[in-house]
Amino acid sequence: MTREIVNEIPNLAESMLTALVVDDDFVNQSIHHKILDRLGIKNDVVSNGKEAVDVHCSGRNYDLILMDMDMPVVNGIQATKKLREMGIESKIAGVTTRANEVEKKEFMEAGLNEFQEKPLTISKLLSILHKLDFYAKTSAGLFNQRWDKANCPKVRVDPDNLIH
Amino acid sequence: MDAIVAQLQRQYRDYTISLYQQGILDDQFTELKKMQDDGSDFVAEVLSLFFEDCVRLIGNMARALDQTGTVDFSIVGASVHQLKGSSSSVGAKRVKGLCVTFKEFCDTQNYEGCVRCLQQVDIEYKTLKTKLQDMFNLEKQIVQAGGKVPQVDIN
Repeated sequence: MTREIVNEIPNLAESMLTALVVDDDFVNQSIHHKILDRLGIKNDVVSNGKEAVDVHCSGRNYDLILMDMDMPVVNGIQATKKLREMGIESKIAGVTTRANEVEKKEFMEAGLNEFQEKPLTISKLLSILHKLDFYAKTSAGLFNQRWDKANCPKVRVDPDNLIH
Repeated sequence: MDAIVAQLQRQYRDYTISLYQQGILDDQFTELKKMQDDGSDFVAEVLSLFFEDCVRLIGNMARALDQTGTVDFSIVGASVHQLKGSSSSVGAKRVKGLCVTFKEFCDTQNYEGCVRCLQQVDIEYKTLKTKLQDMFNLEKQIVQAGGKVPQVDIN
């Protein structure tokens, strides 16, 4: 299966979406922050689950949280559970290298809305946004227009096989 | 000048393709390049963070394997898992592949296997660093000669 490459990166700045990156690894922090930046999504970065909880306790709120699973101090599963207990209704997407069904199930059951395997790419993040209905919040038809222009009818975005 | 730029661009293209063909880089590296704005050093910066990770984590692994007495393979394994993650994120295919093997040796508590993998991972990340440096240098030369760094189609 050949991977098709997206030539245009949508700009979602008009949607005013905000995101929080939760990952202990500097490489992944940098990449996830960059992808969000490139999509026009303002974002903050923290290094573990405790910092993710603390930032919410300080009154910050985000539309989307990208949550790593393996982190020191408080891991992604514990942080997700805690945020849900606190009543945080943000969409939380688990982003992890751990992909076996048992671990995925445990992470999902902690309160995730979506799950994506690392490494993250622009396409994978667009897929997350699409599945969580965020793309509908962009300016009228912006996202759809680009896809229509690229000869893509109303198909479900598949991160590994983006059609253009 | 155009002839020089064209030659450099050809060299760059051939060199980049060879890194993929040798299995040193994979698609994730292509994805990193797509994330980069024109004129920014994002890819170089991320790779720099990755190489810092390599130094730190390989150091952890070496110390854990150097224990006279009982080696705690879970400590080695934890660092290998982290390195596998970050190598996967930057498209460092060979390093990632070695980490997969290394993790298996940690899980089966195979000391000799771990020591061999540690040596190989150390060699491999240093090789990658040198080759990427050559690639970045070619990019600089192209820009200094007044040209644009070509997008290389791997497929």
